[in-house]
Amino acid sequence: MSGAIRAIFAASALLLATASTALAASEADYKAAYAAAEAANKEAGALRNQWTTTASTLSAAKKAGDAGDFDTAVAQAKEAEALAKASIFQATSEKERWKDMEVR
Amino acid sequence: MTRRLAIRAAIATFALGMLACGPARAADSVDPAADKAAFQKFFTSKFPKLKLEDFVNGPYSMNEDLHKQWEEKEQFPPYEFSLEAGKEMFTTPFKNGKTYADCFPNKGIGIRQNYPYFDEKEGKVVTLELALNRCREANGEAPFSYVKDDMAALTAYMAFTSRGKPMDIQIPNDPRALQAYQKGKEYFYTRRGQLNFSCATCHIQSPGERIRAEVLAPALGILNAMPIYRSEWSGMGTTSRRFTTCNSQIRGVPLNPQDDEYRNLEYYLSYVSNGLPISGPGARP
Repeated sequence: MSGAIRAIFAASALLLATASTALAASEADYKAAYAAAEAANKEAGALRNQWTTTASTLSAAKKAGDAGDFDTAVAQAKEAEALAKASIFQATSEKERWKDMEVR
Repeated sequence: MTRRLAIRAAIATFALGMLACGPARAADSVDPAADKAAFQKFFTSKFPKLKLEDFVNGPYSMNEDLHKQWEEKEQFPPYEFSLEAGKEMFTTPFKNGKTYADCFPNKGIGIRQNYPYFDEKEGKVVTLELALNRCREANGEAPFSYVKDDMAALTAYMAFTSRGKPMDIQIPNDPRALQAYQKGKEYFYTRRGQLNFSCATCHIQSPGERIRAEVLAPALGILNAMPIYRSEWSGMGTTSRRFTTCNSQIRGVPLNPQDDEYRNLEYYLSYVSNGLPISGPGARP
């Protein structure tokens, strides 16, 4: 019986430990998220279609990262990556779609 | 029999191929003259009461009250200081004794309607702003900022000497010129920025409508009034300033002034306004 209780305690402790790791972002998480966002924004730049909001969200991520607030930094970096990917999608789809608006 | 079938199949395949290629080729062909006719017809049909030459007055042509305000404003135009400064700059010699007049045909007077042009030697579009800075650099002077002040003053003066002359942009029989024109058209209609707007969203779909407090100008003749004094800017702005500001207003990162995209855009927009008079420098709310 005491063995079972000990096992439950151990499992609970393990769960708590992993849960807290998942909630609090580390500097490494921030750096990875920031690099992914930066790469996507660079791709948008190659397509000549960066958004100002991507740039400002990346700046916010960096500011939070520099201040050690990695939760905010990761959230902002992910937001910036999503914006950059949307701008890439826009540039790619507009390669043909612009013709729909043309006055003929 | 098999031979006859094969011939029939070949003919059918050819016919299908022609059908498939036909519309695609028609949509992709570059025909600036047809574009210009369709573009101008679109606006004259949308605003049947407006004379063609009135489109160059932008939002003032779209709204009677604004037009009255504009007429009053033109008594003491806000661009006057810039115009005077531009005239003085234009006639003042560089350190080497030469002037801007030495860089341009007809000494730079009454030539605004021919810009931008396609330079076959360079294989690119050359705008008036670019030509002015190249003139400065060729004479040992530092280039001006493309967006305001000095550049706006110089182009204001040059536009003034062309007032009333019809825009007259040429597209030479050079595939590179046609490509530049086509790229400009593509830029004009391409949605960009987080707001997902193209130039056409405001200036084709919604001229005369309000966007917040502003009345949107029609795309037809929009560059004929450049450079402009904008009350919103509290100062003068060039075509470069107009393009970069439009991009940032729709939450797009602007390109550098005089990047190829903007040069091509100016080429396209000016060409489709051929025949409309130069009215610059202009004033806008």
